[in-house]
Amino acid sequence: MELFLNVLIGGLLIGGVYSLISMGLTLQYGVAKVFNIAHGEFMMVGAFLTFWLRENGIDPLLTIVITAPVLFIVGFILYRTVFTTLRVKSPNPGVFESNGMLAAFGLYFVVQNIAVLIWHSTPRSYSYLGGVVNIGGALFIENRIVAAIFAVVIGIVFYLFLAGTRTGKAIRAAAQDPATAGLMGVNINFVLALCFAFGAAMAGMAGTLISICYPIYTTMGLGYTVIATVVITLGGLGSIPGSFIGGFLLGIIGTGVAYWQPGLSTASYYVIFIILLLIRPKGLMGT
Amino acid sequence: MDLSKINRKNLGVNIGIPLALLIIVGLLPLYGWDYGVTLFSNFLLYIILTVSWVIFSGVTGYISLATAAFYGLGIYAAAIYFPLNGHALPLIVIILIAAAVSFVVAFIVGAITLRLRGIYFAMFTFGLVLLVKEVIYYWEIVIQGTRGRMVALESNNAVFYYLLGICVIAMLVSYFIRRSKYGLALQSIGENEEAAAHIGVNVTMTKIVTFAISTAFMGAAGVIMATKNTYVDPGTAFDPMISFSPALMAIFGGTGNVWGPAIGAVFFSYVQELLQTGSLKDYYKLIFGAMLIGTILYLPTGLTGLIQKLWKRFKGEKSAPIRG
Amino acid sequence: MHLLEGEKLTINFGGLIAVNNVDFYVDEKEILGLIGPNGAGKTTLFNLISATFKPKSGTIRFKGKDITGMSTYKVCRLGIARTFQTVKTFSNMSVLSNVRLAALFGAPVKLSEAQATKDALELLEFVGLSKNVNSPARDLTLGNQKRLEVARALATRPELLLLDELMAGLTHTEVAEAMEDILQIRSEKGITIIMIEHVMKAIMNVCDRIIVLNYGKKIAEGTPAEIVNSPTVIEVYLGEQSNAGNK
Repeated sequence: MELFLNVLIGGLLIGGVYSLISMGLTLQYGVAKVFNIAHGEFMMVGAFLTFWLRENGIDPLLTIVITAPVLFIVGFILYRTVFTTLRVKSPNPGVFESNGMLAAFGLYFVVQNIAVLIWHSTPRSYSYLGGVVNIGGALFIENRIVAAIFAVVIGIVFYLFLAGTRTGKAIRAAAQDPATAGLMGVNINFVLALCFAFGAAMAGMAGTLISICYPIYTTMGLGYTVIATVVITLGGLGSIPGSFIGGFLLGIIGTGVAYWQPGLSTASYYVIFIILLLIRPKGLMGT
Repeated sequence: MDLSKINRKNLGVNIGIPLALLIIVGLLPLYGWDYGVTLFSNFLLYIILTVSWVIFSGVTGYISLATAAFYGLGIYAAAIYFPLNGHALPLIVIILIAAAVSFVVAFIVGAITLRLRGIYFAMFTFGLVLLVKEVIYYWEIVIQGTRGRMVALESNNAVFYYLLGICVIAMLVSYFIRRSKYGLALQSIGENEEAAAHIGVNVTMTKIVTFAISTAFMGAAGVIMATKNTYVDPGTAFDPMISFSPALMAIFGGTGNVWGPAIGAVFFSYVQELLQTGSLKDYYKLIFGAMLIGTILYLPTGLTGLIQKLWKRFKGEKSAPIRG
Repeated sequence: MHLLEGEKLTINFGGLIAVNNVDFYVDEKEILGLIGPNGAGKTTLFNLISATFKPKSGTIRFKGKDITGMSTYKVCRLGIARTFQTVKTFSNMSVLSNVRLAALFGAPVKLSEAQATKDALELLEFVGLSKNVNSPARDLTLGNQKRLEVARALATRPELLLLDELMAGLTHTEVAEAMEDILQIRSEKGITIIMIEHVMKAIMNVCDRIIVLNYGKKIAEGTPAEIVNSPTVIEVYLGEQSNAGNK
């Protein structure tokens, strides 16, 4: 029973962060049509920003109000400059998709290089909310629970934003059919950049949350991008609720595998990836 | 192949120049210029990776980011079968083993992903390097109990000649595929896959086999490069930069013909050499990343595409087919 | 035995039933017209025949053989070729290569490079593109690109040719030429044709028989004269009788 709770709850806890970072990637690929290989790097930047701000006396959780906007602006500027130009120059959506992905790959190296120059390659960590909580006999660290709660809250807030506000509607329209949305008066260039920026902000927030639980290092990004990739396929490309649910599912599976064989989590994600591609590529909630 | 197209003038240019180049380069080790041999070995490595990447990804537009995974498999094939201590197989055999393993793995990857849209292929291949790295780490730590392996060394000249051989074969294969009906089929897949299927091209199988063939060279190259550095471990063998570089070099050089990728490869491996030994060595990934973005934005047909365009305009011709 | 027959074909996309329980057949050397309002499911029916999509239910038989669910390239090699509503030529390849490729891969028997080139040149002459043999396909006018698509389809040596709105965007003269070409394809090459068209003059004058679709269902079938006079069709599609074109 204890093992079951450990896996289930532990999985849900890390799943919160997975959901957050995956929703970010869905916004960037599902709506803005950029498969952002550098997504994990934005998360890493968020994590290190938090670390640095904490060194200067700010409470780590509080840094979210700084990392989110910073990464939002970075993402917005990047999309308006690099990716919009690419979109306009690409003869068709397929070419934009491949070129966008390659440009993001280039970005991956740029961001990582900058991060290594500033923060070097040694892992950093700090202790925060290290108290232990007992749930049904299984023990969990406070910071994991707090991180998960924050992730879920952010997800819900964003969902309400999508459902309730005018901008949210514009985003949903752009996700379904950018051309028609444009004809209906939606400023497509702005909305797509907004989505990309939101995606980057979510990655940044996920980074903050991860940093309060685990050590961080400048090469941590790629692994999270891979996780996000599997989650968005599991949830269905373009479905935000799908990534939300998928993140928790993958968190549980990953935690389970970690208990069984700690070194094989990526392999287990790939097994899921393969099964998905073989029997249901459009995922749980994909169109 | 349409033999009627080959006439004496073409023969001179198409075979004469490459042959001359080959002889000049092939005699390099005899000049006693050791640095040159190492430099050109590097050129050859990247030409191999870039040319083979273009065979599939350059023509069909299905972007593979798995080059590092297959290259790393080659390195590990050398580590296992060409150890510092213990019985070593002949290098040629190991090259063939690595090529075969890469082919099979790529075939499986292709069978899973190439039935679907290109983004799935890209997503799957980009994480592949991480997957293979993790599996080998696991194998070494949990099952084997040791980390890393020692590889026997080969002389600089030997490495050079092996790479030259693989490079020549890769370029020949690329050339003959391009000129064959399968090259035309691959091009049509890149242009309009649905139409290609409707005129009888077995699109899925063509993609899978071509992808698998291209990875064989990547694995082969990995084997040889392993013999240059005694120690290999999953961290050094599986480097995302190796997936990135061929894409950058191919796009910069231009994917429309056999020479574009080679030119891009030589250019960038030279730049890499300069950057890595100079004061900018900590910035080279940044510079390369930025250069890829710049190239995609402002030089989408690559250097050779640009030159072709300018040449046609200079000759006053209307635009001609970019390829066959 | 009909050359091609479809029985109870149905396919839906999400909530929309695009083709709803459609039965049809075409006999050898017939020219069958497929008409209906926009969105009626005509191109989707073509997509089912050419195996772009697999039907949710129903069967398709070609020369008595069940081809439901077969891969697209196999259906092509079996002898069914098509053109597309939005032209899908290989833009950066030469006109000749477009057609040669189809001959090399799509024919029921394997052709040598020389034979494929010969076939391609003949077909390009047949459609009137001999002068443009080495131009890249993207340099062709729309009318010529459509001719190229026809040549490309014919290069696969089909027994059945599906033409999807060949006349769309053509001038009056071009329409008349196209009508001639279609009849010639049937008479000279013995190929059976199914054509989707909105240009009523062409349909009425060229087709032996017409099928009318509306909202995915077959609502009428018969000779051009029967269709023109059918009240159902008039109500749904043709408008007043005087607009239905002349015989």
